[in-house]
Amino acid sequence: MSKAQAPAPERVRRVSPLRGLITRPEFGAIVGTTAVFLIFSAIAGGSGFLSVLGAANFLEVAAQVGIIGSAVSLLMIAGEFDLSVGSMVGAAGMIVALGIAQFGLPPVAAVALAFVFALFVGWLNGTVVVRTGLPSFIVTLGSLFILRGATIGLTRFVTGRTQVGGLDEFTRSDPFSQLFTAFVGIPQGTATAQFKVAIVWWIGLALLATFILLRTPFGNWIFGAGGSAVAARNVGVPVARVKVLLFMATAASAALLACIQVLSVGSGDVLRGGQKEFEAIITAVIGGTILTGGYGSAIGTTLGALTLGMTQMGIIFAGIPADWYQFVLGGLLLAAVFVNDWVRRRASETRR
Amino acid sequence: MDDGAVSRAATAEAGAAPPLLAARGVSKAYGGVHAVEDVTLEFPAGTVTAVVGDNGAGKTTLIKILAGVIQPDEGHLEVDGRAVRFPTPAAARAIGIETVHQDLSLADHRDVVENLFIGREVARGSGPMGLLDKRRMQQETIRVLDELNVMIPSVRQQVRRLSGGQRQAIAIGRAVHWGSRILIMDEPMAALGLQEAKRVSELVAALAARGLTQIIVSHNLDHVFRLSTRIAVMRLGRLAGLRETERTNHEEIVRMVAGLASAPAAESRHGAAAG
Repeated sequence: MSKAQAPAPERVRRVSPLRGLITRPEFGAIVGTTAVFLIFSAIAGGSGFLSVLGAANFLEVAAQVGIIGSAVSLLMIAGEFDLSVGSMVGAAGMIVALGIAQFGLPPVAAVALAFVFALFVGWLNGTVVVRTGLPSFIVTLGSLFILRGATIGLTRFVTGRTQVGGLDEFTRSDPFSQLFTAFVGIPQGTATAQFKVAIVWWIGLALLATFILLRTPFGNWIFGAGGSAVAARNVGVPVARVKVLLFMATAASAALLACIQVLSVGSGDVLRGGQKEFEAIITAVIGGTILTGGYGSAIGTTLGALTLGMTQMGIIFAGIPADWYQFVLGGLLLAAVFVNDWVRRRASETRR
Repeated sequence: MDDGAVSRAATAEAGAAPPLLAARGVSKAYGGVHAVEDVTLEFPAGTVTAVVGDNGAGKTTLIKILAGVIQPDEGHLEVDGRAVRFPTPAAARAIGIETVHQDLSLADHRDVVENLFIGREVARGSGPMGLLDKRRMQQETIRVLDELNVMIPSVRQQVRRLSGGQRQAIAIGRAVHWGSRILIMDEPMAALGLQEAKRVSELVAALAARGLTQIIVSHNLDHVFRLSTRIAVMRLGRLAGLRETERTNHEEIVRMVAGLASAPAAESRHGAAAG
């Protein structure tokens, strides 16, 4: 209106591509993933890390944590934790294993039962958190132990053991089970490289999570619910519903991983999924998601899962005893947090 | 074709007979304490009503009742002369009553565009899984801020990097954009520097000039006298009086706030109609 008014485009400052990249939440993860890849390529490249088989290996490990990580990162961006996902992998896996081997259910029914159970527990976790206002860290720490304890107790009560095997004979010729156990062949010269279908699930879920986060109103609500729940509620975001849905999605992702593990291996074990809750959080944090909510990236989490997979398999390819995996993982987490924090601070300081 | 939605913010009807918004005998008690007691107050269209009073006088409780954040124990609200009930803030917003709370209700890590549209995103397709129309939301944000002459470096800037005055302006801009009829502000100038308070008060004045009905809670009598057309004084949960800003002065208001010269309730009710 006035003559002194700046031209409208001024409102959207052009940022250099580099600055734009640095201020993305997943910038640290891009650097970290690249660094880890280069390191293991250098020390283990000769021993198979860079081969197609090596890639199939570390991608499978990445897929296992990435499947949970995608959902966990959305939940963390919404400002909540779910520490019970690891126990949920064990519980859902045992439902599938017992359902098929003990009770003779067709695999599709056992899997459906596992998902229904997971969605119910997720709903319960979420509802308790939003109703009581207690920290989800505490609530799901409780469900972590309740689920694990119930899984061990009930499995031993029903079978007298803590492992249930022999699923192969029921699932081998079952087309539905192929959804979780199949291999995807990619022609590689004369041979065909075999990749686990889990990798497809992982990539699919990562794309879905990214799409939801960046391109839908629901994604905006996730950021709002985590960034400032009161504010979001004041402007009409159904914060409680968003959080409960994400708890359900997180538990369902654990059930998916459980189906993949149990049906692929052909046996259930009450201890499956141990520490997966921490690995999922680590992938999210490496990916630039902050613990206080309101900020993060599903792409970053996917890169975090990739980093985790490359680290775990890279150590083995490099001939380092696998005992050192946890040591390296902890170091990686701290390094990622430092880098992400430093980048975020620099990004805000250097703005005019 | 979308002009209807776009220009909603700019319109504010000139009121006819019944007041745009009215509280009729509303009371709210917390335990044994009457936070608001039997308050009747009308807000005719186009007026800017300042609500003043000491700490604990019930200003914020009254505002929250009007905004649907809390529900009165007794009494009711009227919009255009019709009794209404706001069980949630969303119900008040649906009728065109927007509130800028003291905490501003901004999502700090999100940028200006996302804050302006959070909860009311523009999307192709319906429901929470539609496809966000980011370009349209950005253009709209720029238009709203230009119209209000709000100066910020970029609409793609995270809100937490903005100054207090800029944040306040974003919160007001959001409320104006969505609130077609009444804008309620709780202490909009508190916690702002001198220069920033001036900018925000210019914004409030510009909105008043456009005929937007406003209700402003403030401690600062200088701002109150500069911006309001009427001053409602709250004391100990009751309405101590209502004055035309032009026909009163600092001293009288201060005395009313302190309880030294309270007007009879009947007079204040008629005062509302005269506005």
